[in-house]
Amino acid sequence: MSDLIGSSGRILSEAGTAVLRALAGAIIPASTEHGVPGADDEAIFTDVLASAGPILAFIGEHLGLLDELAGDGGFLGADAARQVALAEGFRQAQPEAAALIVSLICQSYYRDPRVLESLGTPARPPFPEGYDIDDGDWSLLDPVRARDPFFRPVN
Amino acid sequence: MTGTTNDPVDVVIIGAGASGAAVAWSLAETRMRIVCLEQGDWMNPSDYPTTGMDWEARAMGDYSFSPNRRRASADYPINDDDSPIKIANFNGVGGGTVLYAGHYPRFHPSDFRVRSLDGVGEDWPIDYETLAPYYDENDRIVGVSGLEGDPAYPPKVSQMPPLPLGRAGETVARGFNAMGWHWWPSDSAIATQPYEGRDRCINLGGCLSGCAQGAKASADITYWPMAIRAGVELRTRCRVREVTVNENGMASGVVYHDAGGVTQFQPAEVVIMASNGIGTPRILLNSTSGRFPDGLANRNGLVGRNLMFHPYASISGIFEGAQDGSEGPGDCLWSQEFYETDPSRGFVRGFTYEMTRGRGPVMTALTGMHAGRIPFGTGHHDAYRALHKRITGMVAICEDLPDADNRVTLDPELTDADGIPAPRITYQLSRNSEDMLRFAVDRATEVLKAAGATDVFSEIPLAIGGWHLMGTARMGTDPATSVVNEWGRSHDVRNLFVVDGSLFVTSAGVNPTRTIQALALYVADQMKQRLTSLFD
Repeated sequence: MSDLIGSSGRILSEAGTAVLRALAGAIIPASTEHGVPGADDEAIFTDVLASAGPILAFIGEHLGLLDELAGDGGFLGADAARQVALAEGFRQAQPEAAALIVSLICQSYYRDPRVLESLGTPARPPFPEGYDIDDGDWSLLDPVRARDPFFRPVN
Repeated sequence: MTGTTNDPVDVVIIGAGASGAAVAWSLAETRMRIVCLEQGDWMNPSDYPTTGMDWEARAMGDYSFSPNRRRASADYPINDDDSPIKIANFNGVGGGTVLYAGHYPRFHPSDFRVRSLDGVGEDWPIDYETLAPYYDENDRIVGVSGLEGDPAYPPKVSQMPPLPLGRAGETVARGFNAMGWHWWPSDSAIATQPYEGRDRCINLGGCLSGCAQGAKASADITYWPMAIRAGVELRTRCRVREVTVNENGMASGVVYHDAGGVTQFQPAEVVIMASNGIGTPRILLNSTSGRFPDGLANRNGLVGRNLMFHPYASISGIFEGAQDGSEGPGDCLWSQEFYETDPSRGFVRGFTYEMTRGRGPVMTALTGMHAGRIPFGTGHHDAYRALHKRITGMVAICEDLPDADNRVTLDPELTDADGIPAPRITYQLSRNSEDMLRFAVDRATEVLKAAGATDVFSEIPLAIGGWHLMGTARMGTDPATSVVNEWGRSHDVRNLFVVDGSLFVTSAGVNPTRTIQALALYVADQMKQRLTSLFD
C-alpha cells in the first residue's frame, strides 16, 4: 500500500491530500484570462474533501501511482506541464479511480460561486427563484400545423 | 412467519406510485376499506436537490434514478448485470413520478393493434377508444400542458398551454422544419399555470431529481391527497414480502415488514399489485405455495417474462449560439415523424424523439471530459466554454417488442435489507431495436446539423435508460398467453389484480406513465362495475 494512505486505510494522509490537491489543480488550473480559481483553490478543495465520503479511501489507494509514474521527485516535484501529462497517464492506467476523481472535482468546482459567475450563471440554487425561459417563436410550428393528420388508422 | 395480524381490509394495494395512487383514488368512492402499502416514505419537496448548490451532485447521488446507486433504505437492489440497459426507479409515495421528466404522451390507436398491423408482438385486449375516457379523466387530475391539433394524434384536450420552447426548443424546431419533418410541443405533466393547488413551473431544471416547486405532477401531490381525503389509508415504510393464498386458491392478504422491521400480515379481500414492471413480478414470484409452487398467478410461467424497456438513443448537438443549458424543463417538444411502421426503413414499429433541452455546469464538464472534448490542464477552460450552454438535442424512445426470454426472475443470492430476494434482469436488445436505434441516430444527426450543430455525438443504447418497465404480467383474453384478463384480474387468482406497467402487452414508442395511470383508472372502473360479481 502506498505511503500516501493513512494507517487506518480509510482516510488520506497529509501527503496524500497534497497529491490529490495538486492533481485537482493539474486537471482544472486557475485561469487569469477567465478570472477563475483552479480546483486546488482552498475553498473548492475543502469542498472536494468534504464531499468525497467513503470513496476517499478508494481514491487514496490509487494515488500512489502518480508518484510511480513521476519517478524521482514524485508527482509534487513535477512542474505544471509534467503534472498534466502524469494526470493523463494516471487516467489511462486507472480509469475507474480517475473517473471518480474527475467527478468529485467537477462537482465541487462547478458549483463554486466564482466559477459560476464567470460563466454568467447565477451563483444560487435553482429554487426558489427559478429562471426565465423565452416562450419562443411559435410561428415555427406553421408548416406542421398545415399537415394533415397522419396517425395510422386501425380499422 | 408473521408477528402481527392486522384487521382485515377490503382492498390492499401494493405500491403508492403512478398506478397505485390512481387506482386508490378511483376505488375510494366505493367506501370499501382500502389500505396501500408503500416501502418508501412521503417526499418533502424542500429537500429536493434544486434547493441547494449541490443539486447536480445529489442528482447523481441520493436522488439518482438508479436504485443500485441511490441505495436508500427504502430501495431494494436489482441485479441488472445481464442487461445492457440498467434499471431506474424510485421507492416512495409517488414512485417513479417523483423523478420522471413529466414527458406525458398517450399511446396511439395503432399501438393496441401491433400484431394485426405489423405481424409482431400481440394485440391488446382493449383499444384506444376503450381507454380514451380514462385518459381524459386522468388528464384532468394530473393537468396536462400541451397544444391541441397535433397531426400525429387523434384529437385530445390539454388543460394548460405548452411549455416554453426557449432557445433550445427553437433550435431543434428549426432543424425539424429544415428536414420537413413533424414536431409538436410535448404533452407534459408539468403545470404552466397554477393548477389544482399546484404552482406553475418556474424553469428550475433538474426535473429528474424531484420538483421543489411542485409544478410537476408526481402522484404524491396529485392523486394521493384526494385519495386520502376520500378515506384511503396509506402506510409508508411497509415492504411487502409476499401475497398469501387460502385453501380456496384466493389471495388472503399480504405479508410485509414495517418500519420497525416487524413482520405483519394484512388480510384483504382483494389484492392489487401496483409495484411496477419489476417489483410486481418480484413479489408474485416470491409468493410461492403448494398451490402455486412457481409463484402466484404464474401457472403458465409468464410472470416476469416479456420484460420491455424503451431502448433509448441519445443524440446531442454542439452549437455556436447559446442554448438554455439546464434551465427549464428538460423536454418541450417531440417528433413522431418516424412513429408508424415503414418497411423501407428495415425495421417494424417506430419511435418518438423527445427533446432534451440541455445540461447543467457539472454535467457539461463530466460529459465533455469523458468524451475527450475537455482536456486536463490549461486548455480546460476554453474547451469547457465551447460547450457550456451550447448543447441541446434529443433522445429517441424506441418501441421494444415483447420477447419471452427478456425477463425478471429472483436472484438466488442477492436480497434486500429484509431478506427478500432481489430481482434479476435478463435482457437482450433485439435486432429490430438495434436497427431502429441506428436509424434514429442517423435521422437525429441530420436534424441537428440542419439546425446548425457544429458537431453531433450520440449513445446507443442509453445504458442508464431503464426508466420504463413493462410487460411482465401482461393482459389478454387467453389464460395461456397472458397473466391477467382484459380488465386486470389474474386468470389464476380471482381476487388478485395488476394495474401497473406489468400489464402492457406491447410498449409503444412513447413514455408510459400516462397510459399506466389511464389503465389503472380503467381497471378500477371495471372492478366498480362488477362489485357484486367480482370473483365470478
